[in-house]
Amino acid sequence: MLSVLLLRHLRRIALTVLVGGLLGATLVRLGPGFGVDERELDSRLNAQSQQAIRSERAANSNIALFYLRYLAGLAHGDFGFSQSLNRPVSELLKERLPLTMVSLAYGVLGGVALGFGLALATVWWRAPGSNLVASMLSGLCLAIPAAVIALLFLWMNAPGRWAIALVVFPHVYRYAKNLLVSAYHSPHVLAAQAKGLSSGRILLAHVMLPAAPQLAALAGISVSLAFGASIPIEVICDTPGVGQLAWRAALDRDLPLLVNITILIALMTLVVNTLSDLALASRRPAL
Amino acid sequence: MTRAQKAALLVLALAALASLLAGWLASSSYSEQFRDAISAPPSARFPLGTDELGRDRFARLLYGTRISLLLAPAAALLSTLIAALLGGTAGYLGGRWERAVTTGIDLFLSLPWLFLLLAVRALLPLNTSPLASVVITFLLLGCLGWASPARMIRAGTRTLLNSDYLVQARASGITAARLFWRHLLPNLRPILLAQFWVSIPVFILSEANLGLLGLGVSEPLPSWGAMLRELENYTAVLRNPWMLAPAVLLIAVVSSLQLLLRTEDCNPC
Repeated sequence: MLSVLLLRHLRRIALTVLVGGLLGATLVRLGPGFGVDERELDSRLNAQSQQAIRSERAANSNIALFYLRYLAGLAHGDFGFSQSLNRPVSELLKERLPLTMVSLAYGVLGGVALGFGLALATVWWRAPGSNLVASMLSGLCLAIPAAVIALLFLWMNAPGRWAIALVVFPHVYRYAKNLLVSAYHSPHVLAAQAKGLSSGRILLAHVMLPAAPQLAALAGISVSLAFGASIPIEVICDTPGVGQLAWRAALDRDLPLLVNITILIALMTLVVNTLSDLALASRRPAL
Repeated sequence: MTRAQKAALLVLALAALASLLAGWLASSSYSEQFRDAISAPPSARFPLGTDELGRDRFARLLYGTRISLLLAPAAALLSTLIAALLGGTAGYLGGRWERAVTTGIDLFLSLPWLFLLLAVRALLPLNTSPLASVVITFLLLGCLGWASPARMIRAGTRTLLNSDYLVQARASGITAARLFWRHLLPNLRPILLAQFWVSIPVFILSEANLGLLGLGVSEPLPSWGAMLRELENYTAVLRNPWMLAPAVLLIAVVSSLQLLLRTEDCNPC
């Protein structure tokens, strides 16, 4: 069962690389400015050198060939060359990815902790007014664009990574709350309550444990949300991460860079989704 | 309908009415520049003051609201139609087409929304006219936002097709066209409507994010996202808190939409 699921996910990841690569290569090939080489304006180059540059470019004009070269490059870890920053894409990613990953880790963990904590406070602890406060807070965070949340953090001089937490939190809160409410209304929990088990034990053994796989599945969604939020947050908080790099690439029409970042992010999201799906499947009883 | 939902409906109605009456409520055009009143504070002439180019903020807010409130539903309609076409046919036909569409949905959902928008937006030329930029922005939102609704519609179609009354209808020899128009489509309508309404706040927020990043609607056309760019100047916001009006209105409208759509389902997306 698990191996079938794993195979299906691996197939999907491979398909993402192939289709994403094809779309990316087509975008780059058809994008504005493709084939324009400023070296042709260099007066020091003689006719032969200019012809060599033109032939080099002509080899890239066929989309199929271009795609195959692109895939071969990807297989060797060559993500291409950034036109705007005049540096290899892999070098730029190596420089900026760790910062984004750290921000995402803080953001996702913070968002999950806040969302799950508030869901617990509302459902288990039933603190007076907690439902109203948590619902209003999550509703407010859902209604504010990530860029405005980033601005608020910038004004408060707070680290942008916590802004990611505020973007992730309302989604986690709503999901976790619904999950906990439905778990508390399940027959086995009602039976445990009727038997007089302590509320702490009911929570840990009869609510949290069965709901753990579904909660783990939240990781995939949270990571995808956090990646999306990282662009405006890194731009506004001036964090030199991958989100800011994607934005600069979009403004500079640097398609090779932008397409590679998008494929990389999609791959990372798919890997996290695969892991959370496997966690979910491993805990599901076989029928 | 709860009291909060009634209040939300009132907020939406007021915002829509004000945007429709923008030409009548605002004393000037959104692009007219008053060089004698640059960065002016609120007054009877300019209820929200003027921006650094001397443009009436109140007029820009009303026209920006009109753009967001007209085009976000249009984009939602487009994405729902694409989703209905792909998700509906996938659920109805099944087989290879369903597998292909499901794979497409999974691929689209694995790409973070804003990265995808940036990639496609970057492909478009820089010298688009302001009007074209509005259409392109919302067209992109509509064309790229189909995956999540398509998943729901495909699942809904599958469930309906397996329901007892449709199995019985097929067993009694109903034609495919009649099955679709008479039984499937009317029962799918609630899902389609829900997906349409759910997409509107998502698109409003996406436009705001794109606008704040400088990749949304082009100047001089106003939009909520473009107007939020002013907030980057913290000291100016502190001195002129009325600059927060677009943010407040955006939050009020999106909160109202979410309050009206509020359901206790388990879907985290």
